[in-house]
Amino acid sequence: MSQSKGRFGVHGGQYIPETLMNAVIELENAYNFYKEDPDFNRELTELLNNYAGRPSLLYYADKMTKDLGGAKIYLKREDLNHTGSHKINNVLGQALLAKKMGKTRLIAETGAGQHGVATATAAALLGMECVVYMGKEDTERQALNVYRMRLLGAEVIPVTSGTATLKDAVSEAMRAWVSRIDDTHYCLGSVMGPHPFPTIVRDFQAVISRESRAQILEAEGRLPDAVLACVGGGSNAIGSFYHFIPDEGVRLIGCEAAGRGIDTFETAATVNTGRIGIFHGMKSYFCQDEYGQIAPVYSISAGLDYPGVGPEHAHLYDIGRAEYVPVTDDEAVNAFEYLSRTEGIIPAIESAHAVAHAIKLAPTMSKDQTMLITISGRGDKDCAAIARYRGEDIHE
Amino acid sequence: MSNLKDAFRNGKAFIPFITCGDPDLETTAKVIRAAAENGADLIELGIPFSDPTAEGPVIQGANIRALAGGVTTDKIFDLVATIRKDVKTPMVFMTYANVVFSYDAERFMARCCETGIGGIVIPDLPYEEKEEFSDVAKRYGVDIISLIAPTSANRIAMIAKEATGFIYVVSSLGVTGIRSEITTNIGDIVKVIRENTDVPCAVGFGISTPEQAQKMAAESDGAIVGSAVVKIIEKYGRDAAPYVGEYIKSMKDAVRKA
Repeated sequence: MSQSKGRFGVHGGQYIPETLMNAVIELENAYNFYKEDPDFNRELTELLNNYAGRPSLLYYADKMTKDLGGAKIYLKREDLNHTGSHKINNVLGQALLAKKMGKTRLIAETGAGQHGVATATAAALLGMECVVYMGKEDTERQALNVYRMRLLGAEVIPVTSGTATLKDAVSEAMRAWVSRIDDTHYCLGSVMGPHPFPTIVRDFQAVISRESRAQILEAEGRLPDAVLACVGGGSNAIGSFYHFIPDEGVRLIGCEAAGRGIDTFETAATVNTGRIGIFHGMKSYFCQDEYGQIAPVYSISAGLDYPGVGPEHAHLYDIGRAEYVPVTDDEAVNAFEYLSRTEGIIPAIESAHAVAHAIKLAPTMSKDQTMLITISGRGDKDCAAIARYRGEDIHE
Repeated sequence: MSNLKDAFRNGKAFIPFITCGDPDLETTAKVIRAAAENGADLIELGIPFSDPTAEGPVIQGANIRALAGGVTTDKIFDLVATIRKDVKTPMVFMTYANVVFSYDAERFMARCCETGIGGIVIPDLPYEEKEEFSDVAKRYGVDIISLIAPTSANRIAMIAKEATGFIYVVSSLGVTGIRSEITTNIGDIVKVIRENTDVPCAVGFGISTPEQAQKMAAESDGAIVGSAVVKIIEKYGRDAAPYVGEYIKSMKDAVRKA
């Protein structure tokens, strides 16, 4: 009898080549040991607090609240973390784990470059080798992050296969891992892939809601009415939702990248337009055609430009615990500009998808309600692309 | 039970892999016939997938060409049904889990049964997940082919005990593709397999020359060759069939000596 592991309802599992099975089993065993290990946890907390700058602020967005005239809006400021996004939470955890496992080399995929930068950073800090796979199209739209990774000592390999975006970077990182397992840890950046990755990444990102739940209780004396976060693979969203999942009165809203709209083919809104399937090691929802060929998805946001979603999100959707709403490029760009002007905070274009939905939702809520939006990253990396979107050609 | 055992009754087996629809299905039909006529003991037919994560650049390229040409799972079943009227060589499919899952496993296995496909190699379906398809496959007499890798170590016995059809021994770490040297000790892996099952085992990944095929077949029950065949098709396109036939003849001659 075989035993499938890492299930979230029907989703998840370990759909990977046999060559990788012992590597993921070794990872799972190491993780189960170290997650209970006081020394490991002490070291990780030390890194998170004194290197990455945690806890991150919960900021009351007064001007935005007044402007929208509805729910009180709080921003969970993951953009203030070292390296500029939530990705560092997971990477410090995985890099430390890999080091304990005796691995000397980290490989990673990256879309927007935030996970690649975080991995390159952790590798530099912990004295590990680092190779980052990035879709060639993304290396062009996120050129600044490519430079940052190289500056940090990582090798960046542009991936030209398929659509030359995030999904192809994941495929190439998986191919690279199959070729070199002994000394290499695949530092997966989202709550996706084969078990145990969705669980490991979620646990390391859960620090977001562990903090924000305590922070909002401190500020408001009650739980929020809604928690919003953008969803590509879904790591900042699951981190933002996790400790609120048992709090049934808290709406959990994942904001997907609809690209040019969910009624077009140029979309990456997986839950809204996809079907159940098996890809990249997991069963979940995927954008695909009737024969199961993975669709070439599109979003202005390189970080959300992925045809699948993490299995735990697929399950939260199935059981009705979380909602997943589509947000178009246009709405996200408007929100990017809105938050910059209103609060003086330039969000990552990924996070702007959550802000965009908040702009729609907040006015429909009453003034005694509160919502919490995770600003998963900072938007400096996106300025050139947004300028181009607005017809302005700036040189970085 | 499938007819896959027949593939190993003619001495050591030579098993070529062909991506269906590369560059079109008419060519695939000619290549399958050429393979059968020139001594292929079992033919592995690839149903292309948009994102073949276990493949190297050569077979990735074939997948892209085939899908760009408009091939679908339905068209491939139709092709096999036609070919089956005169080609009796055992055949298996090689494809990714999502292709089977999205077609509906029951419908997929039923059509395999109708068209005489004896088994399926699914590189992203390890032992732990095989129940995804194994019950329905068994009902239709289709073997889910087990893969064993150089890293399988303590897993070999467990996998071998439940294997049916044949066992696909992956010769090297990494993705499919031609390799100048294969360093894994295949003999050691086969020894553990033999202690646990009588199911035949064939070695694949990295084999391209008759010498390599002979060496791998000597240590097992046969050799599987993918990228080298696909490269010939890539080079000669619609005229590839006679060249593939000639290559397969040389490879079968080599494994006969093993």
